[in-house]
Amino acid sequence: MIGIVSYGTYIPKYRIKVEEIAKIWGEDAESIKRGLNVYEKSVPDIDEDTATISVEAAREALKRCDICKDDIGAVFVGSESHPYAVKPTATIVGDALNLNGFFYAADLEFACKAGTAGIQNCIALVKSGMIRYGLAIGSDTSQGAPGDPLEYSASAGGSAFIIGENNVIAEVKDTLSFTTDTPDFWRREGQRYPSHGGRFTGEPAYFRHVLTAAKTIMQRNCLKADDFTYAVFHMPNGKFPVRVANQLGFKKEQIELGLVVRYIGNTYSASSLIGFSAVLDYAKPEDRILLTSFGSGAGSDAFIFEVTDEIHSIERNPKVWDKIKNCVYIDYGIYAKFRGKIKMR
Amino acid sequence: MLPRFWRKIKYRYNLIGSKCKNCETLYYPPRNICPKCRRRGEMEELELWDEGRVISYTIVHETSDDFKLNVPYIIALIKLENGVIITSQVVCNPSEIKIGMKVKPVFRKYGEDGEDGVIYYGTKFVPAD
Ligand SMILES: [Zn+2]
Repeated sequence: MIGIVSYGTYIPKYRIKVEEIAKIWGEDAESIKRGLNVYEKSVPDIDEDTATISVEAAREALKRCDICKDDIGAVFVGSESHPYAVKPTATIVGDALNLNGFFYAADLEFACKAGTAGIQNCIALVKSGMIRYGLAIGSDTSQGAPGDPLEYSASAGGSAFIIGENNVIAEVKDTLSFTTDTPDFWRREGQRYPSHGGRFTGEPAYFRHVLTAAKTIMQRNCLKADDFTYAVFHMPNGKFPVRVANQLGFKKEQIELGLVVRYIGNTYSASSLIGFSAVLDYAKPEDRILLTSFGSGAGSDAFIFEVTDEIHSIERNPKVWDKIKNCVYIDYGIYAKFRGKIKMR
Repeated sequence: MLPRFWRKIKYRYNLIGSKCKNCETLYYPPRNICPKCRRRGEMEELELWDEGRVISYTIVHETSDDFKLNVPYIIALIKLENGVIITSQVVCNPSEIKIGMKVKPVFRKYGEDGEDGVIYYGTKFVPAD
């Protein structure tokens, strides 16, 4: 049986409210909150980045299970905000976990779905017998340009998964990807902030890819929405995942637990994975979970997981929702300082 | 700075001490030889992920231009549960720091060699919830 052996998450403790950002740009906070269904977002501290967030999430995943670190044969870090353009975050993570150096390593990039791509890679390596355990991380400290609508949602967080064959808490029953060339969102080399195709980001990008991936994986496993306890979709805002869930026939109770976006924003590569972790925090044996990520550019990775009895054998505290509630609010000035929007020279 | 930092990366990224298998004494930073047992001692490396308490601290207000956005910051002496004493930055609001405060180690950025240089990472402490 191949699947998740352990998981960990990290959400920076600072939050900024939509009201605080709207005030700076003279916009109406209420209509933005209604439009996005996002109320506040996480903000990393001045000394936090994708590498530090990845390490914290991975350390929690390791601490929660009882595996020998020398058996970790792969480290993949998926992000669109790697600290270096050239020099893998996975190298920093490997040393910060005090691994023994013998592991396959790569940084993955596919907008917001690079983390789930890492999980797929680990599943394949475990299945082929090339590694015993693999570590897949989705982590980001994303930024929108000041004044861009993205500034209300682009946030920071990380989620780490240990994939293996023994003591599996959630078995992977199936996974697939759907990929096309769709220019909905991009960032050219050397540019500080991303560009996006405005309205183009909805129908042809998010909805087409998420719906196709989710529908196909459900059909080929002969499963309907009713057969799942929970469903988690990528959360660029609080509206898209709810609409996509409706279209697929999921009810509110199936998606509510994983809808973390309203309080932490869009954590990009970590978005669907933090939602999935929030679901695992409360999952029971035999629960079936649908996870579908989305990455601009564009593509979706879909997974079907089944929770096992082993879920009771690992530590699941502190829970994602505890971390969401345990926060400190900051104003736009502090936010600008933390996010490097103040240039010293 | 770079070569010196790189050689010690494992010890900056992780709290690693050494323990003498003979007399069980813990050393931080790690030592190769136990001064108590000498040749009878056998040292093993050990990760020290304990929480600790602040036993003394100072708040830094003045610093070089590179760290201007980081001030004020706190440097503290921290006693871990296993007795080891460490000097480290504590990341929290200076108005919250107290002697006896419970803290835990985290992985954070130390700084960088300008916008195009290497980024330095290592262990700092934050208040334990
Ligand atoms: Zn000794």
